[in-house]
Amino acid sequence: MGYVIQGETGDWELVIGLEVHAQVTSKSKLFSGAATSFGAEPNTEVSLVDAAMPGMLPVINAYCVEQAIRTGLGLKAQINKTSVFARKNYFYADLPQGYQISQYDQPIVGEGEVILDMKDGSTRTIGIERLHLEQDAGKSLHDQHPSKSFIDLNRAGTALMEIVSKPDMRSPEEAAAYVTKLRSIVRYLGTCDGNMAEGSMRCDVNVSVRKAGEPFRTRAEIKNVNSIRFMFQAIEYEARRQIDIYEEGGEVVQETRLFDAHKGETRSMRSKENAHDYRYFPDPDLLPLVLSDEEIATIKASLPELPDEKKERFMRDYLLSNYDAGVLVADQESAHFFESVAKGRDPKLAANWVMGDFFGALNRVGGDITNPPVTAANLGALIDLISDNTLSGRLAKDVFELMVETGRAPGDIVEEKGLRQVTDTGAIEKSIADVLAANPDKVAEYRSGKDKLFGFFVGQVMKTTGGKANPAMVNDILKKLLG
Amino acid sequence: MSELTNLTIADARAKLGKGEISAVELTEAHIVAMEKARGLNAFVTETPELALERAREADAALKKKEGGLLAGIPLGIKDLFCTEGVRTTASSKILENFVPPYESTVSSNLRKAGAVMLGKTSLDEFAMGSSNMTSAFGPVISPWKRKDNSNAQLVPGGSSGGSASAVSARIAMGATGTDTGGSIRQPAAYCGIVGLKPTYGRCSRWGVIAYASSLDQAGPMTRSVKDAALMLQAMAGHDPKDSTSANIPLPDFAAALTGDIRGLKIGIPKEYRPDGLSAEISKLWDDGIEMLKAAGATPVEISLPHTKYALAAYYIVAPAECSSNLARYDGVRYGLRVEGKTLDDLYAKTRAAGFGQEVRRRILIGTYVLSAGYYDAYYTKAQKVRALIAEDFRKAYETVDVILTPTAPSAAFGLGETNQDPVAMWLNDVFTVPASLAGLPGISLPTGLSSDGLPLGLQLLGRPFDEETVLKVAGVLESAAGFKATPAGVEI
Repeated sequence: MGYVIQGETGDWELVIGLEVHAQVTSKSKLFSGAATSFGAEPNTEVSLVDAAMPGMLPVINAYCVEQAIRTGLGLKAQINKTSVFARKNYFYADLPQGYQISQYDQPIVGEGEVILDMKDGSTRTIGIERLHLEQDAGKSLHDQHPSKSFIDLNRAGTALMEIVSKPDMRSPEEAAAYVTKLRSIVRYLGTCDGNMAEGSMRCDVNVSVRKAGEPFRTRAEIKNVNSIRFMFQAIEYEARRQIDIYEEGGEVVQETRLFDAHKGETRSMRSKENAHDYRYFPDPDLLPLVLSDEEIATIKASLPELPDEKKERFMRDYLLSNYDAGVLVADQESAHFFESVAKGRDPKLAANWVMGDFFGALNRVGGDITNPPVTAANLGALIDLISDNTLSGRLAKDVFELMVETGRAPGDIVEEKGLRQVTDTGAIEKSIADVLAANPDKVAEYRSGKDKLFGFFVGQVMKTTGGKANPAMVNDILKKLLG
Repeated sequence: MSELTNLTIADARAKLGKGEISAVELTEAHIVAMEKARGLNAFVTETPELALERAREADAALKKKEGGLLAGIPLGIKDLFCTEGVRTTASSKILENFVPPYESTVSSNLRKAGAVMLGKTSLDEFAMGSSNMTSAFGPVISPWKRKDNSNAQLVPGGSSGGSASAVSARIAMGATGTDTGGSIRQPAAYCGIVGLKPTYGRCSRWGVIAYASSLDQAGPMTRSVKDAALMLQAMAGHDPKDSTSANIPLPDFAAALTGDIRGLKIGIPKEYRPDGLSAEISKLWDDGIEMLKAAGATPVEISLPHTKYALAAYYIVAPAECSSNLARYDGVRYGLRVEGKTLDDLYAKTRAAGFGQEVRRRILIGTYVLSAGYYDAYYTKAQKVRALIAEDFRKAYETVDVILTPTAPSAAFGLGETNQDPVAMWLNDVFTVPASLAGLPGISLPTGLSSDGLPLGLQLLGRPFDEETVLKVAGVLESAAGFKATPAGVEI
């Protein structure tokens, strides 16, 4: 049984499709040579073309086209050898041309797919409908002056890839996993930095609800969803809203709704009377974009190992579980970190340490994996100390914490603090004998059948040895002596 | 009127080259002519100081034998070409005070060739019109008068009416025009000069204020075919800033004027002789056919069956593109702004005040034909017609080398003589529009006078990027026709 929402009339299923706008990583804009750095002073990265001065003409940026092809290949999608730029006409103050150059009925990339690894170990395949290239608009700033709006055209003309999924997602978790995976793929490819906070990846979410087995019902498009957390909220709110409408006997209208992050709700953006008629038509300033098989093949040959392939390899070479491998390959830096740690070591142990204590520490210190609190070399050395029995798992955790605090190598810490585990049989036997001698009544109870007391003895022994006794040896010897 | 202003560009080049005249002298003579002929209203902006400065530069270059192709030649630049530091209006109120910080590729090419800009010539607002009556700065008057002494003011045609009037009246030796549906060829015919619309893609559109992007093409307007070839040489060429600019080598256009057209086949399309065609236009055409025949070419009757749909298709495609191209004139960044209570109010007020009636009409038509529910019936259908028209021509050029037709269905009309029916006005373009839709090169040259004593033009259309054959045949026709008539007040 999948994700369902209970209503008064029964269970409802969610249907979600996503349109993701991903800003193409490129030094210059889609149709002009103007720069595209984030956070530049307003209106400093605007060419005559971007400002739509009279007589100015767009010229396609070949690098942005390559980036779109690269992304299409990363989504295992059809690359269309002929695509057409069209004008989407509407008036707005931050849209200088009065139209956005986009692709309409002939996009550069056709159908593809994204594979999601869900937490329960299952996988879901989400279809990609298309990917097209288009220009971004500028920014309107309405809060800078009591009666005027300010316009910043730095973003105007920046290249976006609009990646449209099929309505294949059935839960907020799947939608979140989809965005996460998509972001991972474009980051691997270097085609978009995937930074949702800076707006270089933005989502429009199409949501509808239906009873199981029904065809699709009317959907609403929710705009302005700029984090995965907000996407969760928006989907859940919108689904509930639609279910309430249906259950009260109403009909959901197809419309665009805006997500209000402060109130956690969606609200209608424009009424039907104001609905835009975009009057799409092929842009006569641009010739159809024609690609050769060679160009596509060259780009294909330059693709990096992508998350899915890397995951397969991790599962094969390191014998990791589907889920563990999926977590480790989510970004290239984590995968690289893991491989550095795992090289020549027990991969399962390496995975556990990277995903457990290391990621935990990374989160705790708010660090970045490219500048980690513990280097891959030091973490590898720590694992070596476990493998050669210098450290018990428990001691290793203490050493790891000291490594996080000091940034020092594990060997140095072990030597300095004397944390080397005790593997001397005689010493451990002596400690155990002392513990048993000090607790004759507990020994008697144990021998009369109270097995649970075994843990007590282990704890006492560890306490007297300052945690340094090798736990396996303690277990073995205890069993023997308690007989 | 001075002898200097009567020179052709070719003659003036020779005299400048030999040092018989200076560029400054030549320019001064034209500046005087420009001042005297202000009544024609041919210029939106005169730039005499700039002209003299460039003339001095040209003289310096000529002295060092480093003069460009058009060194020291005074030209008018249609006010649709953006000129750096010089107001560029498109004859519209909305750009009345617009001074571009950049120079169009074509005007920049002319400047590099040493040409001297006299000023910016008037046009129908945003190049939309066939009379130059839609200019926001008043109509341009043709220098020609009917021989009935009525002294009626005549239109120069349009949209490049200021250029045509200036070249005809000997204010400029040549001028740039742009042709979207006939805007170079029709005014050239009305004013008794030569107007060449090159193949779409031959001249860069960068910096030319757009009317209908898939049709707009810049070209020269001159008093001789050879001058047109020289001017085109300087204007044309591949421009990476215009994606629709053709990346093919430029031939030597003037060298194509060999005078030898023996063996060439001249297509005579039967669809261009509709029932209502006036007898004098019909005779003009027949005379032209005979002249080419006498020069050794063979006239061949051809059929361009989709001609009758061309005007309708044009008046869908061009307004559709214009409705989108003109959206940028919104009062937000440059040009006229009329404040409003809301953004929409600002748009409405700015555009209502800034655009004239004909421009508003075409924006509305274009918006309509692109609207949901109408797109397929109008825009898609028009594009199909356009493809059929191009195919008509392609087939015709399998058997003929060039096509001869009248340029316009009549001589120039008087200001205020036509009825106010815009569709009747659009019929002026009936012979010029098909080649525009097909992107073909075409030239109009004067070959005779109407019974009223007004110039009439014939049009030669060629294969794509075969301006050479067009110019060669035009050169022969020009010699054979020996058109020597001059407008009122101009004596040779």
